[in-house]
Amino acid sequence: MPIYTKEQAQALLKKVLSYSKAEECEVNLGGSEGGNVRYALNAVSTAGDISNVGLSVTSVYGKKAGSASIDQFDDASLERVVRRAEELAQLAPENPEYMPMLGPREFKESITFNANTATMTPESRAEMVGKSLQVSKDSKLNAAGFLENSSGFNAMMNSKGLFAYNKSSDVTFSVTTRNEAGTISGYAARGFTDVSKLDTAAATRVACMKANASANAKALEPGKYTVILEPVAATYMMENMFRFDARSAEEGRSFLSKKGGGIRLGEQLVDPKVTIYSDPFNPDLPASTWNGDGLPREKTLWIDKGVVKNLSYSRYWAQKKGVEPIPGPSNIIMQGGDATLEDLIKSTERGILVSRLWYIRMVDPQSLLLTGLTRDGTFYIENGKIIHPVKNFRFNESPVIMLNNLEALGKTERSISVESYRSYLIPPMKIRDFTFSSLSDAV
Amino acid sequence: MAMPSLNSYGNTIDVQRALEGIDVRLKKQLADAGLNTAKSAGASYADVRIGRYLNQFVITRENRVINVANTESFGVGIRVIANGCWGFAATNEVTKEGIAKAAQRAVAVAKANAKLGSAPVQLAPQKGYGEVSWKTPIEKNAFEVPIKDKVDLLLGTNAVAMNGGANFVNSMIFAVNEQKYFASTDGSYIDQDVHRLYPTFTVTKIDAASNSFETRRSLSSPVGMGYEYLTPLADQKISSITPLYKQRYDMLEDVKFATTQAAEKVKSKSVEPGKYDLVLDPSHLWLTIHESVGHPTELDRVLGYEANFAGTSFLTLDKWKSGNFAFGSKNVNIVGDKTQLGSLGAVGYDDEGVACKKWDIIKDGILVNYQAIRDQAHIIGLKESQGCCYAQSWQDVQFQRMPNVSLQPGKTPMAVNDMIKNVEKGIYIIGDGSFSIDQQRYNFQFGGQLYYEIKNGKIVGMLNDVAYQANTREFWNSCVAVCDERDYRLGGSFNDGKGQPSQSSAVSHGSSTARFNGVNVINTKRKIG
Repeated sequence: MPIYTKEQAQALLKKVLSYSKAEECEVNLGGSEGGNVRYALNAVSTAGDISNVGLSVTSVYGKKAGSASIDQFDDASLERVVRRAEELAQLAPENPEYMPMLGPREFKESITFNANTATMTPESRAEMVGKSLQVSKDSKLNAAGFLENSSGFNAMMNSKGLFAYNKSSDVTFSVTTRNEAGTISGYAARGFTDVSKLDTAAATRVACMKANASANAKALEPGKYTVILEPVAATYMMENMFRFDARSAEEGRSFLSKKGGGIRLGEQLVDPKVTIYSDPFNPDLPASTWNGDGLPREKTLWIDKGVVKNLSYSRYWAQKKGVEPIPGPSNIIMQGGDATLEDLIKSTERGILVSRLWYIRMVDPQSLLLTGLTRDGTFYIENGKIIHPVKNFRFNESPVIMLNNLEALGKTERSISVESYRSYLIPPMKIRDFTFSSLSDAV
Repeated sequence: MAMPSLNSYGNTIDVQRALEGIDVRLKKQLADAGLNTAKSAGASYADVRIGRYLNQFVITRENRVINVANTESFGVGIRVIANGCWGFAATNEVTKEGIAKAAQRAVAVAKANAKLGSAPVQLAPQKGYGEVSWKTPIEKNAFEVPIKDKVDLLLGTNAVAMNGGANFVNSMIFAVNEQKYFASTDGSYIDQDVHRLYPTFTVTKIDAASNSFETRRSLSSPVGMGYEYLTPLADQKISSITPLYKQRYDMLEDVKFATTQAAEKVKSKSVEPGKYDLVLDPSHLWLTIHESVGHPTELDRVLGYEANFAGTSFLTLDKWKSGNFAFGSKNVNIVGDKTQLGSLGAVGYDDEGVACKKWDIIKDGILVNYQAIRDQAHIIGLKESQGCCYAQSWQDVQFQRMPNVSLQPGKTPMAVNDMIKNVEKGIYIIGDGSFSIDQQRYNFQFGGQLYYEIKNGKIVGMLNDVAYQANTREFWNSCVAVCDERDYRLGGSFNDGKGQPSQSSAVSHGSSTARFNGVNVINTKRKIG
């Protein structure tokens, strides 16, 4: 039984806590079930069906904490795991940053669970993959793709009376289409809470269209270009700036640190068109309503019209600084405009359309300088029209510099990071003076 | 691709539990229950992996312990071929009933996907080994070393940094123990006990006036060893501009140098972009080998199985078949090796029951082989697998992963000083830094930890803001010299990511210091607001 109901989880956690003799005790219970299909060269390569559930106990004496876990839930095992956590806590070194556990809180019910996604089967996954394969075969292209669904729950209860529960589900799909010779390539990725919104055939048609349009790419000189980043490219680029952490900024080792000391809270960091916030109740990107500390998660504004509005404060750091703790982002939503991607292209005199970015890594955390490459569909735009595909570029650019060079935003849409597979709501964006530093032969 | 963050799946447990083994007779009974159920349900082949994956983290900063955690992940994964198609299921219910149910689910998955018309899986023959075992030859089990000893070492390291003028220091010891039991319908019952260790620190120096900061990470390597790696030995050290380490590491010595060097980096000269001859230390070169040689010679990438995520490879089969594709200069000899002791990839048998081995990948600069597993071996004319199959845990399906891929030392006697004295305009790079490479492994960019300017055969000072960009084939063809075996060392990745869902594996890359001529160096300094 990998998915417990709220009542089942509450009953089990109460029982575990009844064994505790420590000053403080917290019990976490979590489980998941799901499956995946992976395919390449128009055939399934691997597929799996996985379920797991586990329970962990943290016992505390003063500022000394110990944790132990178990995956067997008979009474003797549950009591044993509590005793082990208590023994470890007695032996542990004191953590001066330890914060006492929180008392009872009210958490709003989250909207992260969807029954359609939770009830997917090996057959329904195979059927959805079959639809994708049909499109690639009809287009005489090879598809490589991945479909994964998972559902799970998390619950926590502590000796001070706090209880929190959340159930969630998620499905992601991505597909790359290439020809036999490997001279063209296209990509599409989708992520949803509700699988009924996922159309694998439509996504594969986009990938095929991109692949066919990428034939006979021409080389352009590296340099500074106006670029239009599609949401899947913008998401991956910006993912690196979304921690919004106060502590590292105040310690002087963040792009949010200020010359001479201090932090950039309240300062204009990027273009006034940029507003970024978290909202666990956004229906297109719901998130858990509590964090691992047991703090409620609410709508939080991080950047408002380009100004840094809030930074996240852990409970320890908040106490040290005399402010209220602010949990880190539950999700990330960036406000967009009304323009479509086509509108952004039409308004561009000379630029590059970037479908996807790849292998982004930090070069300099101080300026947030990143390097990475374009991939699976890069096109030259002139006088509002796509003229021809171009060979891939390596870039060296900072998302902070990029958002200062923001020309226009399109409509916000749900997009997934091609590396972390986290979902975000991000608009397509037009950026001037984006720095491409060299060419790549990769297709 | 190497992952920037730690792999930390699993549940928290205590040390005592971590040291309790599981009876091998019980594991055989459980495995047989899975194999028999799979066969009855219609599988033509099945393997069962019962895994207990233990991690221990001890994490500190400055004068305090941030976290001590023992985690365990215990369960079983069953892989089958039914109707010619792979199926996989995993469960944490490690009972005969739980395993039997998972076996049935695996067969159902295979049958559902077989309807999509995949080409039947073709497995290279593999004889059963019967009941065998293998253990990493450690001297001191890291899980048996008291937490207090680890905390003392890390806080001692931090104290050296803070007393030396560092603003911040983070340090960590990460220990891994994979207790893996593999059984297959071929008749293998393989019990393995695999150990890995990764001690590391990062020293940070801040100049608030200029709002600039620099870090210097440890020059340790993750290793396939026990806690003995942290007992320094004089004959395992190489003297250079900073001490460099072979099979033993001196954390307290390295942090002393790191603290001075982090401060020096803040004030060092920003590099003038242009062409330089690069002298690359093994603590840096391992990552370039990993990305530009290890990944493009993975056969699954070459064939297109990774096209949707990590990408494909420029080393296509026609280049290998030609028998004369010059991947690098004649100085470039690279082997795949799953047997090298002390390495992260060393095991007795891979995760589909194949005994491990060593083979040439690049011989005298020519591409001669790839890395393959059982269902790929026939594609490159092999009669047996090269033993490169791995799964990060019981709940992930095993697939082709990189063995240790290492540059062989030069045959002409040469030390680093001999190499540097012939360089007119160059940069000596130590330690790994930023890294990125395209999806076919042509264009890459790498940074490091320490950069020293070489002028007319002499090191003249420290540089900063250095990264080099190159095309893989041009880069390896510019390799004009490799130091001899006295300089040979292993570096490695504790978390190499690949696959969907992404899995992490640990892999080492050995080399001696090597010289590459005329490489393009860029300046990475940018200013924000």
